[in-house]
Amino acid sequence: MVDPVPVPAPVPSGAPAPDPTLRPATAPGPQPGPPAPPNPAAALSLRGLWKRFGQKIAVAGIDLDVPAGSFYGLVGPNGAGKTTTLSMATGLLRPDAGTAHVHGTDLWADPAAGKRQLGVLPDGVRLFDRLTGAQLVTYAGLLRGMDRDTVAERTAELLAALDLAKDATTFVVDYSAGMTKKIALATALIHAPRTLVLDEPFEAVDPVSAANIRDILAGYVASGGTVVVSSHVMDLVQRMCDHVAVVAGGHVLAAGTVDEVRGDQSLEDRFVELVGGRQSTEGLAWLRSS
Amino acid sequence: MVAQFVRLKLTLMGNAFRRSVWQTIGFVVGALYGLFVVGMLVVGAIVLGTTDPELAGTVVVLGGALAVLGWWVIPLFAFGVDATLDPQRFVLFGIPQRRLLAGLAVAGVVSVPGVATALSALGASFAWWRTPLALLAALVGAVVAVALCVVGSRATTTALAPLLESRRYREVVTVAAFVPLVLVGPAFAWLGAQLGEGPVDGEAVGGMLTRLAGVVAWTPFGAPWGLGAAVHDGAWGLALARLVVALATLAVAWVVWDRALARALVTPPTSGGAGRAKGLGFFSRFPATPTGAVAARTATYWLRDPRYSGSIAVVPLIPVVLLVVGGGAGSEIFLALAPFTAWILGFSISADVAYDHTAFALHVSSGVPGRADRWGRALPVLVAGGAVTVLFAVVSVAVAGRWDLLPAILGVSVGVLLTSTGVSSATSARLLYPVPKPGDSPFKQPQGAAMATLVAQTVAMVLVLALSLPFLVPGLVAVLADLPVVGWVTLLVGAVVGAVVLVLGVRWGARRYDRGAPELLQRVLSYA
Repeated sequence: MVDPVPVPAPVPSGAPAPDPTLRPATAPGPQPGPPAPPNPAAALSLRGLWKRFGQKIAVAGIDLDVPAGSFYGLVGPNGAGKTTTLSMATGLLRPDAGTAHVHGTDLWADPAAGKRQLGVLPDGVRLFDRLTGAQLVTYAGLLRGMDRDTVAERTAELLAALDLAKDATTFVVDYSAGMTKKIALATALIHAPRTLVLDEPFEAVDPVSAANIRDILAGYVASGGTVVVSSHVMDLVQRMCDHVAVVAGGHVLAAGTVDEVRGDQSLEDRFVELVGGRQSTEGLAWLRSS
Repeated sequence: MVAQFVRLKLTLMGNAFRRSVWQTIGFVVGALYGLFVVGMLVVGAIVLGTTDPELAGTVVVLGGALAVLGWWVIPLFAFGVDATLDPQRFVLFGIPQRRLLAGLAVAGVVSVPGVATALSALGASFAWWRTPLALLAALVGAVVAVALCVVGSRATTTALAPLLESRRYREVVTVAAFVPLVLVGPAFAWLGAQLGEGPVDGEAVGGMLTRLAGVVAWTPFGAPWGLGAAVHDGAWGLALARLVVALATLAVAWVVWDRALARALVTPPTSGGAGRAKGLGFFSRFPATPTGAVAARTATYWLRDPRYSGSIAVVPLIPVVLLVVGGGAGSEIFLALAPFTAWILGFSISADVAYDHTAFALHVSSGVPGRADRWGRALPVLVAGGAVTVLFAVVSVAVAGRWDLLPAILGVSVGVLLTSTGVSSATSARLLYPVPKPGDSPFKQPQGAAMATLVAQTVAMVLVLALSLPFLVPGLVAVLADLPVVGWVTLLVGAVVGAVVLVLGVRWGARRYDRGAPELLQRVLSYA
């Protein structure tokens, strides 16, 4: 492990104190001064992540520390670079520059060790959907090198917790969108990772299942795990997460505890203020029915 | 409304070109080829009509009937109907059904096959250019025939849509469709052989065709095509009767389409009943290791995914094809059965990562070691393919009555299986090309992928051939020079060389995988 270096002190989970990881909105362009070294105590520590696809710079130097034991929300408008950032933070997409440390392990230098500590729910990828739900979760467990009995036991518990027990023998291809999200979540949880990274976990999930998933995640955080979720739904993030980062145009606009970021506004208002782009509702007069 | 639909269709086709230059070039080449074929058909019909009007009538009726039948039936099995203008997309616009139908019907002609059919049908009418009245009748017939093609194909696909939408049915039908496709070639070979043997009675064949055309011209498929011939012969009653049959068919098809569409528009597509499987299947039988898990998943997919099971369905047909091509059991070609099958089986995993499509993300995010991924994919092929290969080797030797050649055949077969599996394990971690997506028809080749596919498959094929030379040469010597002793050398060399290539191929593939799994994932993501 890396010796503790003088970095912004790790945040004790759930601490109400001002968060040193909070930074003012960073302007696009090179940052003044040398970048801070990665924080070995953080669950995820991203430094200078950069990715460009052709002409488009999707992520332009993102620095972010996700404190261990936090419930971290990543919010941003469409095309802000959330998915690209999370892909680079979980080993699915190699960054052009920058590093991602998972609990002090450099993910891109030692992918095997890094990925062992991560559970990932990527957005917009298929599943091996010709398997049944139980087979798919078992497959994910065995791929992680777990033994058969543990996998069987956890698979049954996960399916029950996610209300999928009666669909355990149904092929995933015949699942609804919400069930597919839930079974994908189960594959991310099976090896009891220290950190969960979930890209849009609540999309298409019905309210009851969403509440169940929130309970599972809250319990997981309470027992010391770390959860990172990306979402469009500010309300949900404000209620569920204790930390939040606002991302737009490939930059972090604000990061810290939810209360610090939103100040005395609602998170949604603060978000709109940071990101901009609200249209005035002049015009469309013909649309008014009276 | 009709004009709007046609314009929409043309705009959609035009926009497809803007996506890539290669696609445009592909379209232009395809269109030129289509024009060439149409031109040949038309010229052929005119020449034939000038010299032998009776035969021309027969050929036009039979060919035309086949075209109509093709329009009606092929979309059910293979490609699905052209969904550029899916009626479901117009549901919310509140277009009167009658105008919607008319628009869709006319827009249906505006497509490559539609235009090709229309041009051929109209052009072939000029077989009767010497008799203006017959030409006129044939042109009317051609218009009716094209309408019959388009409306009929819409009627069958819309009416059977509830069936087609059920995943289970679709999969069974797609796998079944491999069978006739594989047998088309041998069937022609057989027909040719039958005709080639003995004195061909041209008169008898011609008479048979004429009688057949006489019958077909009364069916809904052939009726519109027989108009010109009937008028040419001055058989006005016959012409009228055929016109009535054709128009009645068109009316019935229109009504069926109308009804089916009315029902479809208020019944959103459902995927049919959900499939179930008991227990964990291979997952509880294979070792509980990452390699075992990948092997269990691969084996499950071989049985359950039509893109894989289609190739399994073909395997039992290979002996049939070789028997027919070789012209009987005595031929030496039949001895190629086992090596050929082994090559196909080994080759079948050469695009495995592309077949996973983005589900491959699970392997990347789990950090599956390359060794486990490669061996897991190769082992099911080696075990099941090995059994089939040995069986085929024994059968082919037994059928040929050449037990003395068993070691040679076995050596080549086993060597080819191991070599091509090894090469596939290496290339599938390096040379990716777009393949049909999970859930798509195995026949649906992704657009713009021809070049990448060609390069990857050629490289793999050349590699297998080059690496197989050490045992292929003694094997050929043993068979052709009739030196069964060399067969034992072949067996030894085949097993050793094959094993070495397999291990090296898997290792190289595993190293590539470990170094570049995220890049592989991004490649498949770009195919989405």
